Amino acid sequence: MSDGYSPPLGRSKDSSAPVLYLDGVSVVFDGFRALNNLSLVVDAGELRAIIGPNGAGKTTMMDVITGKTRPTAGVVRFRDHDLTRLDEATIANLGIGRKFQKPTVFDALTVFENLELALKAPRGPFACLAWLLSGEARRRIEATVEEIGLTARMHDRAAILSHGQRQWLEIGMLLMQDPELLLVDEPVAGMTDQETEHTAALLVRIAGQRSVVVVEHDLEFVRALGSKVTVLCEGSMLSEGSIDHVQNDPRVIEVYLGR
Amino acid sequence: MSATIATPAPGTTGRLTIRLVLIGAILVLAVLPVLNQLPAESTLHVSDFIVSITGKWITYAVLALAIDLAWGYAGILSLGHGAFFALGGYAMGMHLMRLIGPRGVYGHPTLPDFMVFLGYQELPWYWLGFEHFPYAVLMAMAVPGVLAAILGFLAFRSRITGVYLSIITQAMTYALMLAFFRNDMGFGGNNGFTDFKELLGMPLNTDNARAVLFYASLALLVVAFLACTRITQSKLGRVLVAIRDAESRVRFLGYDVTRHKLFVFVLSAALAGLAGALYVPQVGIINPGEFSPGNSIEAVIWVAVGGRGTLVGAVLGAFSVNALKTWLTTVAPDLWLFALGGLFVAVTLFLPRGLIGLFAKAPK
Ligand SMILES: Nc1ncnc2c1ncn2[C@@H]1O[C@H](COP(=O)(O)OP(=O)(O)OP(=O)(O)O)[C@@H](O)[C@H]1O
Ligand SMILES: [Mg+2]
Repeated sequence: MSDGYSPPLGRSKDSSAPVLYLDGVSVVFDGFRALNNLSLVVDAGELRAIIGPNGAGKTTMMDVITGKTRPTAGVVRFRDHDLTRLDEATIANLGIGRKFQKPTVFDALTVFENLELALKAPRGPFACLAWLLSGEARRRIEATVEEIGLTARMHDRAAILSHGQRQWLEIGMLLMQDPELLLVDEPVAGMTDQETEHTAALLVRIAGQRSVVVVEHDLEFVRALGSKVTVLCEGSMLSEGSIDHVQNDPRVIEVYLGR
Repeated sequence: MSATIATPAPGTTGRLTIRLVLIGAILVLAVLPVLNQLPAESTLHVSDFIVSITGKWITYAVLALAIDLAWGYAGILSLGHGAFFALGGYAMGMHLMRLIGPRGVYGHPTLPDFMVFLGYQELPWYWLGFEHFPYAVLMAMAVPGVLAAILGFLAFRSRITGVYLSIITQAMTYALMLAFFRNDMGFGGNNGFTDFKELLGMPLNTDNARAVLFYASLALLVVAFLACTRITQSKLGRVLVAIRDAESRVRFLGYDVTRHKLFVFVLSAALAGLAGALYVPQVGIINPGEFSPGNSIEAVIWVAVGGRGTLVGAVLGAFSVNALKTWLTTVAPDLWLFALGGLFVAVTLFLPRGLIGLFAKAPK
């Protein structure tokens, strides 16, 4: 964590080992099983789409991975780390970035400042006090601003961005964190078709260097990702495979697609 | 504290204007003790009362800065900063008591009068060292700082925020008030400390002492303002604003929010303590009443009235509310608490950005 930024490539020691490993994970809220014996394996550099009806437990799964919710039972590992024992900040610093379903950016700060906060750099109060924006950091932020299409809004406060732009900004913040695993919850809600396409292309480009898990309802978008799809239902995995495979799976048709 | 408040990003011209106004205000304040030296007949003469009350308000302005740093920026609404201020005041009061030496009523060489009266044979251990000025100043910062560190660590680690934290800090100042009222605490019980004679070799209650304390307070205000500006304009300042507006999101970015909040809370408490240390020699007394919960609430209202989340607003609020208080308590003393409450409600409803919002443009 003490060094500035590490190169995005070549970090995984063993690219065949899974980056994320969930086994038998259950989460019970007041007797209600939000996750029920869920297992999931995500490989290094993999792009994975997760779909499922409302309330299937998709967001809860991300809560468990990022330390927001403690599982009632089960194993949650990221590389060699047992995530069930770590807090949110530690997990984030291990290299797991998250975009929330409801886009959460810092309204009082500008687009640039939001990205600057997310930029991978020492996180302690004294380090933040002493922080000076280097030319390289500025270039990285500006490159990301360009990538998320907000160059014209760079010095506007996030409060005045549109819903889609906030989604983009949050994706940009994920990129600044330079994580090994990105968890992206419903990234294209509120986006135009063109923006949706752009997002799909961006996520495909990011994957390969990192692992990306995308939760989305929009099946066109999921198809555009061209990745393996996991279908969640009532807290468990219902089906897994290519988009064509799951779309033709009778159980999936029954609970999700056929509604 | 979920409401987002503006951190104005003034353009360069706006920033220049603010700087000029601030420098002007400092110069106006700095000239008061000089005008005090003019003959009383002169139209420009400034009375002793004005100098001493302004000196007192300057220490209040420092307290307001401390509160604003924690509340306006990091969203930590402490209703116990009056306690940190009072603890700093007591530390300085202990030093002043030690300097009285054998000049007390009982003429005891080391023990303050109240200890002789209560039958103490020797100084309690926690009074040792207070005869040294640097030690007293250090304690004026360290005692509030350590208390804030302990309280903050327990509260922030358990993620106690918002109104729950405010209630805890109110309870803290109330508990301290009750404790300091007790004679057996060794802090003079309900009489506290008074009848101070001198500080740093200069007799108190003279024009000279008034001017020195006034300038010391003004210097503290300027230094504190610059330090707070440095913090709030750094990345740390932006992290604090982010914590204020979306604390849990900051955690998912990998920031240890507890440490950042602790940093700002401890710093804020130490600054409040320093302000209290300069307040006591100017008013000549410190007693447990300074811990009363109402004091802390009043100080928060200064900040709200001036405009939280802007350092200038905090200072402006401290001066304007206290000027109003001084005026109102002479013309209609019974009305003050109603006026204060009304002011708070009015500002909350009609001026959410405080007085400073009248001057600064609303952010686009
Ligand atoms: N903190 C909580 N307390 C109680 N119940 C919860 C909590 N969080 C989630 N749930 C419940 O768990 C279930 C799964 O919720 P989750 O948000 O994970 O679903 P989702 O798959 O993300 O749905 P959506 O597509 O609507 O976002 C829901 O029934 C929800 O009401
Ligand atoms: Mg969800």
